[in-house]
Amino acid sequence: MFINFQEFFNVLPIIIIATGIVLSLLIEMYSKKSEKILPWFSVLIFLAAGLHSLYYTKDVSIILQGMLATGGNVNVFHAIFTLGAAVVTLLSIDYIKKYGTYFGEYYIILQSSVLGMMLMASAKDLFVIFLGLELMSVSFYILAGMNRKKAGANEASLKYFLLGAFATGFIVYGIALIYGSAHTTSIDFITSNFAELTKSLIFIAGVLLFLIGFSFKIAAFPFHMWVPDVYEGSPTTVAALFSTGGKAAAFSAILATLFALFNGPNGNIFTPYLAVISVLSMFYGSIVAIAQTNIKRMLAYSSISHAGYLAIGLAAGNHDAVAGVIFYLAAYTFMNLGAFGIISLLEGKDETNLDINSYTGLGNRKPLLAGLFAILMFSLAGLPPFGGFFGKYYIFIAAIKADLTWLAILGVLSSAISVYFYLRIVVLMYFKPSENDFAIETNNNAMIAIVFSVLLVILLGIFPGTLIDLVTRFI
Amino acid sequence: MEQNSLLTYLILVPLIGSFLVLFIKKEKANLIRYAALGISTIAFLLSLVIYFQFDSANSDFQFINKIEWIKGLNIHYHVGVDGMSLLLVLLTTFLTPLTLISSWSSIENKVKEFTFFFLMLEVGMLGVFISLDLFLFYIFWEAMLIPMYFIIGIWGGKERVYAAIKFFIYTMFGSLLMLVAIVWLAVYAIGPLGYFTTNLIELYSVAPQIPMNIQIWMFLAFALSFAIKVPLFPLHTWLPDAHVQAPTAGSVILAGVLLKMGTYGLLRFNLPLFPEASIISAPYISVLAVIGIIYGALVAMVQTDVKKLVAYSSVSHLGFVVLGIFAMTQESIQGAVIQMINHGLSTGALFLLVGVIYERTHTREIADYGGIAKLVPIFSFALMFASLSSVGLPGLNGFIGEFLILLGSFQSPVLHSWWFTVFAASGVIFAAVYLLWMYQRVVFGEVKNPKLDGLKDMNTREIFVLAPIFILIVWIGIYPTTFLKVSDKSTAKVVKQIYHPVKVSPVELGLNQSSK
Repeated sequence: MFINFQEFFNVLPIIIIATGIVLSLLIEMYSKKSEKILPWFSVLIFLAAGLHSLYYTKDVSIILQGMLATGGNVNVFHAIFTLGAAVVTLLSIDYIKKYGTYFGEYYIILQSSVLGMMLMASAKDLFVIFLGLELMSVSFYILAGMNRKKAGANEASLKYFLLGAFATGFIVYGIALIYGSAHTTSIDFITSNFAELTKSLIFIAGVLLFLIGFSFKIAAFPFHMWVPDVYEGSPTTVAALFSTGGKAAAFSAILATLFALFNGPNGNIFTPYLAVISVLSMFYGSIVAIAQTNIKRMLAYSSISHAGYLAIGLAAGNHDAVAGVIFYLAAYTFMNLGAFGIISLLEGKDETNLDINSYTGLGNRKPLLAGLFAILMFSLAGLPPFGGFFGKYYIFIAAIKADLTWLAILGVLSSAISVYFYLRIVVLMYFKPSENDFAIETNNNAMIAIVFSVLLVILLGIFPGTLIDLVTRFI
Repeated sequence: MEQNSLLTYLILVPLIGSFLVLFIKKEKANLIRYAALGISTIAFLLSLVIYFQFDSANSDFQFINKIEWIKGLNIHYHVGVDGMSLLLVLLTTFLTPLTLISSWSSIENKVKEFTFFFLMLEVGMLGVFISLDLFLFYIFWEAMLIPMYFIIGIWGGKERVYAAIKFFIYTMFGSLLMLVAIVWLAVYAIGPLGYFTTNLIELYSVAPQIPMNIQIWMFLAFALSFAIKVPLFPLHTWLPDAHVQAPTAGSVILAGVLLKMGTYGLLRFNLPLFPEASIISAPYISVLAVIGIIYGALVAMVQTDVKKLVAYSSVSHLGFVVLGIFAMTQESIQGAVIQMINHGLSTGALFLLVGVIYERTHTREIADYGGIAKLVPIFSFALMFASLSSVGLPGLNGFIGEFLILLGSFQSPVLHSWWFTVFAASGVIFAAVYLLWMYQRVVFGEVKNPKLDGLKDMNTREIFVLAPIFILIVWIGIYPTTFLKVSDKSTAKVVKQIYHPVKVSPVELGLNQSSK
């Protein structure tokens, strides 16, 4: 197989990460200082891949005989994954020391999960999606159980694996049915022949199974059962990656495969399904989150409700929806990473201080940390002028343009409910006197990562135009 | 279009100022206070410059500054003022430095944070009054909740957490439905105009042609959000909690400016954007307004807590403003605008005075007072003055506003009944009852409470805060024309927009209306 230089250049972000994985393995094997080198090497390759993706968004091409797409929004997704992973890595450096032993494979598996995400976003063939999905998921199962001496971590890993494998089964079965009716797995072929294909019931069933499988991956109700337990049991920094990169990758795959179908001339035949899971996820997530006292579980339910808002975009299925979903994912990725980052700082050894009452009086104890956390909570609640607000705004535009005003109304009602539990954290941090005396050790690496995330959330809120203009150019 | 950056500077001064304050060491509390005072005074002087350059013979928006912001969605940073918003901008910049002085000694912990949030609040309030783009307006409208939430929650009274959350969720709930309506409106504009827009001036000519069955929903979505903020009966329950728990400075700004954002919104958005729906719903909303006037007054009468009494009097007074707006005559709307200013001044003064005495005695129960006229003569005089202004004594400001509103509602072409005027007028009498009765119980009689011994009268700083407010109260009472003429042309324009809305015809633009 022959690759010319331009193709090689366009696919460079993926190559950087893939080569990085191999080099990391070698570093881990042969270097005694790998504990010092490996994290920074990971950050380096993530940043290199991310910046390359952002800088060369204009180079839209399809390479490797129609297997991978590069440029355009694929690159925007790549940037979200890699910059997000860089943040996760920075957060992890001191966090995984809390487990007492050093795991070099942690960074390597992290890299391979990111490679999986990138393959999903670039895929132009259903098998590439499957390949990427499995690479990401298997890495995730291992990461979830990283702290293998803990029963909770083993439970999380096993639960994630069983349910994840079950969901993957749906996806494979869906792909098989799609292949059966379309006689190809090329997404471009399927996309251009939707009108023809949707006449076949087998094809519709295939797409529906595919969607159901991905509903697991995006953590939408009623396929959400694994989310709270997995987030709670996994290392905090890993949960941060699940809730952001994993979700974004699943959405990128859905958009790449099915957008043309959603935006077809006869309207979106999957709107009823997507609207139902969207409404259920939003309300279930927001309402159940109110009852949580463990902050990681609270964010898990919040993640379910955010999957609901994003699914509004899928139900709308127009061009604004794509831009809205991508923007929302970018903003959500960084606000959630920041929030999990702060949680990982407060978390003590043996997973203590995860109760929301540990945050009481944080405003007095650590003003900067509390201020950053408050901004992230306001952004998650969808308040201007932060990134989370604009994401919702754009999704609502898409919904109203698609005549789904009722869905937008339910969306705002659910976000009014969610304000309560996000604000409760702010209440505890600022309005209650401190009763906690556990030590909070901050470290520079994590603080850089958190401040970077918060700055991005603020910038996306005040100047959303930069990302919007970039994204809409390629739709 | 000619650009004028004055309004942008007006917003930037407190915005940049609030961040500069964060760099001052927190031990230097006095430096922080002076810095904040300086920043808000600069903002006030800037708004005076705008006032003197303002052409009150022109009904259009002036000092327009329009900068492209989000290209893909045709959203602009677009600000400008007309007479109505200019008056409210002046009220905001006028009250902010005064409230900062008033909190000089009452806010002692976390001065830096307080100042930061307070200046941020000013940014939000100014932004709401000058935005000419619905998206920009919404950003300011919502973002302003955050500083107010912290001001109530951190520096408030015993039940502050409950009050802060109630305030936040109540307001947010209403605003979110307005957000859907804003987006719907912007999408609707694609029909007649051919592009997505949140530009208010363009929507003025688009929105009135929305079919009636949808227009009424749009009207309700906007009105709900504003009615919660006003607050209109029966959506007022957050107000007493928020007021009583908020620190003095918070109450003054809450009553003085924040509530006006609701009435301003009704006037700026509801009436001109949805004229037919407004005309149809005018009697219903006016009924609520009149119930609010009487209910607020009656509940105020039975309060034992002075601050709660003033809070409920706000419900009553704001009822007048809403009645004035929905009577939809030029007199009544002029009255409503001047009454917004009046309420800001007189209720602001009352809250300041309650704060002055609370700081000394730490009680707000009317029963704990009595006979303080002999102990604190200046305070007693000031309280008398502010109460009379609030009652609406002829010669002071309150009278002008209430008179114009009652006159306008009597002639109203949309209310079809003079009973509104009759019942509303009874509110004026009730106001005299609850305020003067409160005054009598607090100030006259014998000193029974031994704790009141040695009560100190108002100091120079406190007198300095109230004096400018009192000067304005007399000024408006004697020569209201200074202020009425500022808003005259713009209220006339609103009336014209209600009865003769400009409609862009799709045919004229050569566009297909069904291209949505």
